Amino acid sequence: MTFPPSPPLPEREHGLELLRSMILVRRFEEKCAELYGKEKIRGFLHLYIGEEAVAAGSVPILGPEDSLVATYREHGHALVRGVPPGRVMAEMYGKMEGCARGRGGSMHIFDAEARVFGGNAIVAGGLPVAVGLALAARMLGENRVTACYFGEGAAAEGAFHESMNLAALWDLPVLFCCENNLYAMGTALAISQSETDLALRAAGYRIPAWAVDGMDVLAVEDAMRRAVEAVRGGGGPHFLEFRTYRFRAHSMFDPELYRTKEEVARWKERDPIALFVERLRAADLIEEARAKEIEAEVVAEVEEAVRFAEAGSWEPVEELSRFVYSERPAAAAEGR
Amino acid sequence: MKTTYREAVREAIREAMNRDARVFLMGEDVGHYGGCYAVSRGLLEEFGEDRIRDAPLSEAGFVGAGIGAALGGMRPIVEVMTVNFSFLALDQIVNNAATLLHMSGGALNVPLVIRMATGGGRQVAAQHSRSLEGWYAHIPGLKILTPATLEDARGTLWTALEDPDPVLIFEHVLLYNLEGELPDDAGPVPIDRAAIRRDGTDVSLITYGGSLPKALAAAERLAEEGVSAEVLDLRTLRPLDTEAILETVEKTHRAVIVDEGWRSGSLSAEISARITEGAFYELDAPVARVCGAEVPTPYPKHLEAAALPQVEGILEAARSVLPAGRGARG
Repeated sequence: MTFPPSPPLPEREHGLELLRSMILVRRFEEKCAELYGKEKIRGFLHLYIGEEAVAAGSVPILGPEDSLVATYREHGHALVRGVPPGRVMAEMYGKMEGCARGRGGSMHIFDAEARVFGGNAIVAGGLPVAVGLALAARMLGENRVTACYFGEGAAAEGAFHESMNLAALWDLPVLFCCENNLYAMGTALAISQSETDLALRAAGYRIPAWAVDGMDVLAVEDAMRRAVEAVRGGGGPHFLEFRTYRFRAHSMFDPELYRTKEEVARWKERDPIALFVERLRAADLIEEARAKEIEAEVVAEVEEAVRFAEAGSWEPVEELSRFVYSERPAAAAEGR
Repeated sequence: MKTTYREAVREAIREAMNRDARVFLMGEDVGHYGGCYAVSRGLLEEFGEDRIRDAPLSEAGFVGAGIGAALGGMRPIVEVMTVNFSFLALDQIVNNAATLLHMSGGALNVPLVIRMATGGGRQVAAQHSRSLEGWYAHIPGLKILTPATLEDARGTLWTALEDPDPVLIFEHVLLYNLEGELPDDAGPVPIDRAAIRRDGTDVSLITYGGSLPKALAAAERLAEEGVSAEVLDLRTLRPLDTEAILETVEKTHRAVIVDEGWRSGSLSAEISARITEGAFYELDAPVARVCGAEVPTPYPKHLEAAALPQVEGILEAARSVLPAGRGARG
């Protein structure tokens, strides 16, 4: 796959911000892997390592009024969206201070204030919901964009097709962000889907669609900016296919029998963080000292998040049956 | 005012649409066709295509869109033609609507109403004759309503729309033509309490939805035989009004449960268990059940009739729990 030439480097501070964002996601995730080994984090844990450029480049393009829907590999999106790392980490721990009181865990990060609507553990399960959020925005006359992140595996599900059709049919302000990391758990795209050009499939629903180099944070940012502008401007649904790769296994239970070490190594040569640092260095936009400083800041932030989670509390067992049904009347639940 | 169940549901939708601009109806054939059971006929002309929204044959898509719209601040009424088709949207209903509040630690509620037709009795064969509201009643996070009277058809929708959580309303296909009087000012009804539809002292017929008219007819026949049957309409299958169930059993000491759903693992089994747990020593006879035969509902009229609860079967079950000498033996 060839992509258009990467956009020019942005001004220094913005470039460093993108870098910092990617490093935060990576260090956070590495810490999660470590904590999983220590059994602090349990259940399923799907790491985003290798895919950081997608969240770091795209999520900040959304405004605070916009909505975000994601899958079970969503820690990066939540962090970049501004959900405090401590609250994300506490959620991983299952602690009450987590962004969903610890009830969702790794796969179900929610934050009503940040308009993060999941964290959906059903492949393609979030797509119809994103269509509905966009429908509500349209009907209420709110100029919100709903960005829906999902993996390429979702494109084999019926809900994907139903959502594409509905969004295009009703001309809704939704941006489909497909994170194509080539494997649906352990099944390669090429052996599971008849048409592997996902942008082409979206185009079949009359949805403008582009494939983007998901390892290039600037390309991601550029594509996302254009797409969000188009959606916000009334251009109806758009589709971005971010071509990326996860460096780690699907989840912590995955023995990774389905791909070779050579393949992973080849992709690691396109590590989004290393690539970007290289470019910044070549343009004299970052010095060794500054790089170390960012690294140290991020590490401290992640450590602080762990401390926050460690210090958190367990929800009393007496509260087990809370939140099966709302505790507030409908009137109070209005206006979100 | 003389009306039908169908018109009562339509009036309820119209009222809700007029009352709250956030309410809209979305589903297959709800607009231009007028609703597959003619419930929404005329509403498109009145409210326009935006609010009476025809959806493609795409149950997961538009039910999920209803969930998203509810999260986004609207008050959608999603119509799924029948419970049979709702299986195509099970993921959205069970994995999203029912769980988002809990998984988000109370942060995201889903004020969504899903209406669907249920039940057999119209000779439309197995794939269109399911009675699976009891399945849905298994799931925490959902509220399951089964309006069986004109008052409930008219009054449950508004209460459901005011509820902050997802509510599924099951309308039995045989009830749409039900006719009767309904006051012009018929208002909202509670959606968390069962209702005694007929007072009695000798035996309790516990039922809901499409089986209510049959239970009432059976009670009428029992009265002719000198047996006073109480008829309890559950109205809501989740949360189940256990108190009302135990109260009627404590009063009559005999219970017959009438449930069109299949017997194995059914709602009737749950009710029976609650009676055993809560009123075992009040019972003067084992609990009896009249359920759908455990076959996919057949097409031929005589076989379908045999597969579904009927008045005769209810009478037999009632007689079987009554003391010898009470009620004529068939």
